[in-house]
Amino acid sequence: MLRRTLLGAAASALALATGAMAQDSDKTKVGFVYVGPIGDGGWTYEHDKARQAVEAEFGDTVETVYQESVPEGADAERVMTQMALSGADLIFSTSFGFMDPTMNVAAKFPDVKFEHATGYKTADNVSNYSARFYEGRAVQGLIAGEMTETNKIGYIASFPIPEVIRGINAAWLAAKKVNPDVEFNIVWAYTWFDPAKEADAAKALIEQGADVILQHTDSTAPQAAAAEAGNVITFGQASDMSEYAPKPRVSSIIDNWAPYYIDRVRAVQEGTWESQSVWQGIGEGMVGIGEISDAVPEDVRADALDLKERLASGETHPFTGPINRQDGTPWLAEGETADDETLLGMDFFVEGLTGEIPN
Amino acid sequence: MIRLEKRPQPSRAWSWATPLLAVALTLLAGGLMFAALGKDPVAALRTIFLDPLFDPQFAAYSRPQLLVKAGPLILIAVGLSLGFRAGVWNIGAEGQYIVGALCGAGAGLALYPLEAWWIFPMMVLAGAAGGFLWAMIPAILRIRFNTNEILVSLLLVYVAENLLASMAVGRLRNPEGGGFPGSRNLAQWSSSANPELIPGTGMHWGVAAAFIAVILAYVLLQRHLMGFHIRLAGQAPRAARFAGVRPAVLVAFCLGVSGALAGLAGIFEVTGPSGQISIDFNVGYGFTAIIVAFLGRLHPVGILFAGLLLALTYIGGELASFMLNIPAAAIQAFQGMLLFFLLAVDVLTNYRIRRGRTVTP
Repeated sequence: MLRRTLLGAAASALALATGAMAQDSDKTKVGFVYVGPIGDGGWTYEHDKARQAVEAEFGDTVETVYQESVPEGADAERVMTQMALSGADLIFSTSFGFMDPTMNVAAKFPDVKFEHATGYKTADNVSNYSARFYEGRAVQGLIAGEMTETNKIGYIASFPIPEVIRGINAAWLAAKKVNPDVEFNIVWAYTWFDPAKEADAAKALIEQGADVILQHTDSTAPQAAAAEAGNVITFGQASDMSEYAPKPRVSSIIDNWAPYYIDRVRAVQEGTWESQSVWQGIGEGMVGIGEISDAVPEDVRADALDLKERLASGETHPFTGPINRQDGTPWLAEGETADDETLLGMDFFVEGLTGEIPN
Repeated sequence: MIRLEKRPQPSRAWSWATPLLAVALTLLAGGLMFAALGKDPVAALRTIFLDPLFDPQFAAYSRPQLLVKAGPLILIAVGLSLGFRAGVWNIGAEGQYIVGALCGAGAGLALYPLEAWWIFPMMVLAGAAGGFLWAMIPAILRIRFNTNEILVSLLLVYVAENLLASMAVGRLRNPEGGGFPGSRNLAQWSSSANPELIPGTGMHWGVAAAFIAVILAYVLLQRHLMGFHIRLAGQAPRAARFAGVRPAVLVAFCLGVSGALAGLAGIFEVTGPSGQISIDFNVGYGFTAIIVAFLGRLHPVGILFAGLLLALTYIGGELASFMLNIPAAAIQAFQGMLLFFLLAVDVLTNYRIRRGRTVTP
């Protein structure tokens, strides 16, 4: 409301507008750059929910601005530059593809702080942050492994990048542990969001006998395909997708960015912001496990919640040896856990998974 | 009663006036849409059209960005306009843009980390060749089998997009990128970089190429036999055949030139503003250029202005989006209105409005 009045003034006189901006400068201005539309129901939707949480938390002391559907590359660089020029103090760029543009803009605006999601570069005024979604994948793998009757699990993968490969491996290891007969059938969709393609992939997997569908794509199309097919279960991705509960959607991984965003905005306000590189999981609350629905038998639910607790406390690591790579060479020895560096660059399947990572 | 009467000759005056009328109608309808969204329409239109040019906070940065954004649009649209005039419909410039960038980037990266002055020119040639060859697929299919080049060129865009994704995570992936998708940054390797020619102007080689393309296309259409054939084939196909226009040559020429120019736009973009091959490298320049070509009346100079105007709506649209909280979809709808009104008022070029008695059927 306040912003609209300010801009109404801006319309009548440019001088007035500049005055209004200057007056506004005691507020912390926080910019958000989104790769998709805020109504995508998944990735961007959750980032925008966190933005709203920042507004709710700080009230009049912050002003947030956002730009949706920003293409990765030169356009992202321009959007961030314009945000910085408009007086932003802190900018969240919420897609991997914004990494180099973020670094370029940050170099030009040393006084503005930048937070880049899911990348690996940092600078004095650039932090990066990401979530250990693979912890959530392990919980899904366990539920999938215990509930499947055909022992065939379909997996709709997006792109053959470490983030996705890590998720497949984590789900596989957890499923295999509870069900040695389980098989994974992986389809590479080469998209993050394409309802038609995702629906086709889900249908193909179901026809091949899968009665569980895991997805690393953001639309609800696989849920719809599973609902149509009948006895198939699915998991929400990025967002809860609870409209498909209690079945086919039996649980979900929810990206919960709000605590981190609130934390970082406060750090800017208090002048304690420092560049960092964080990777948070279930324990810190960045990865949420959506409600496990009634379609899941009581003992499976108990196992899943137990695993979730152990992951949160750090007692269990999804990648604990002995684990071999797909080609049979040893990766982790008995009791050894994976280091973050290997996980971040993971480009191999673990033993037992069939199929190749496309190149 | 108002009725439309076909003009014996398309009106020259109207063919220049309709773009202006279309812009005016877009302003009006866009303003109404912004008002319906609860935004101040004057502020919204001012932010879109004036702030990028004159606002003290943004203009110094936004003005050069106009060239950066308009460069590839103009370069591609000039090529497309030749075909559109001759009735050769290349709808797949987006795919040629992608393949041009892939070929150029691949040719350069094969030599990394060699430093040599000839690497960038070689990449530019490879980019043009990539776009040219990709466009030759619909050209040859049309010449040999009479397939529809609209469908073939359009569908090849999706092939190119998948090729791009596969390259970004495969062969062209940065080996030092920790397994993440995307190539090395070509703008940061001095042998392949396409920086601003004069700092602070936004003028990179791609923008220069766009201006050159405008001039060459103008000369071609006005002074060259090929240009005459192109115009003739579009205006009077039968007469063209009698005048010795060979359709096969025309199809190959129009698709080839537009493909090569789209490929050039791709390689200049990937070595400059964009910097790297990534999964989502293409952002729709090839499709937007179709709007630019028509908005510019398929005339090289018109395309120059149309490209700048559309770039302005992009940059101003971004400002309006985050300053005034206008949804991105509304900005896109606003840009769509521009083409819609242009096509709608286009009827005035070929028809005139007459008031007269109702003719009962």
